[in-house]
Amino acid sequence: MRELSLHLLDLAENAVTAGARRVSITVEESPAEDRLTIRVADDGRGLPEEKLRRLEDPFVTTRTTRRVGLGLSLLAAAARRAGGALRVRSAPGEGTEVCAEFRFHHIDRAPLGDVPATIAVLIAGYPTVDFVYRHRIEEREIVLDTRELRAGGEGMDPADPAVADAVARWLRDRLRPPARSKEEDADAQADR
Amino acid sequence: MPKLTVEDLRQIKERTLQATALRHGEARVKITVHMGTCGIAAGARTVMTALMEELAEAGRTDIRVVTSGCMGMCSSEPNVTVEVLGEEPIVYQHMDANRMRQVFRRHILRGEVQTDFALAKM
Repeated sequence: MRELSLHLLDLAENAVTAGARRVSITVEESPAEDRLTIRVADDGRGLPEEKLRRLEDPFVTTRTTRRVGLGLSLLAAAARRAGGALRVRSAPGEGTEVCAEFRFHHIDRAPLGDVPATIAVLIAGYPTVDFVYRHRIEEREIVLDTRELRAGGEGMDPADPAVADAVARWLRDRLRPPARSKEEDADAQADR
Repeated sequence: MPKLTVEDLRQIKERTLQATALRHGEARVKITVHMGTCGIAAGARTVMTALMEELAEAGRTDIRVVTSGCMGMCSSEPNVTVEVLGEEPIVYQHMDANRMRQVFRRHILRGEVQTDFALAKM
């Protein structure tokens, strides 16, 4: 996968396949601490102990259509390549939480990519599932809860692609770094 | 901390009201974008985004877009299945944003199956 946002989409797809009604997607960027964390937690059916132990094995899958499962093995490899690790917590009936940690400045860390596009595709593709997306960049944080969208936007249908598109644009606006003041610009110039 | 405010909701709602009002008819067309790990890695998200844009623009009330997992044809991903009521489903292979737009405009809107990209009839 070229971008971490595609891993997020893959993890969320896993969650929905596991019967989740609510999926929370968290991104935490801390360049100052050289850390980037992505996390997907769901309330799906969870994994039995023996599957959990062999999670990164590409030849283990819950699917019955074929015998290969690549998603988590790819993510684990991507995390390890960038000085990080993959952690998974799960129990039958209690949902699953997948957390991948990366060194933010590692040369082999894949770019985060277009997370709003991932969220838009999920909202439009699974209109009956609740998604909570939380993205923290140092001190700044944005939160999108699709239940608020449904409750607050009377008559808004998440299956409508125009809704997902509007949400993606809203997210991109909010994720953009705040404009620097003239003084900060001057400071940055002086630093160079 | 920016959360969705009432004003944000109002703006999003305004942008979408017209399209939403149109979408209450019965579905005549179902488009499935296959989004397993293989599909996502091959570019299914871009295909889905292009499809959502086309659909929003077309304003048609009878087209449903859904996503699903891998269909077992990983080497031909991204795959898209188009089911038109009363016709045989068509699976398109090696899709990208441009091919998706072409399939949408020619097959779905005009009924011309794009055999160049078709993997199979099901």
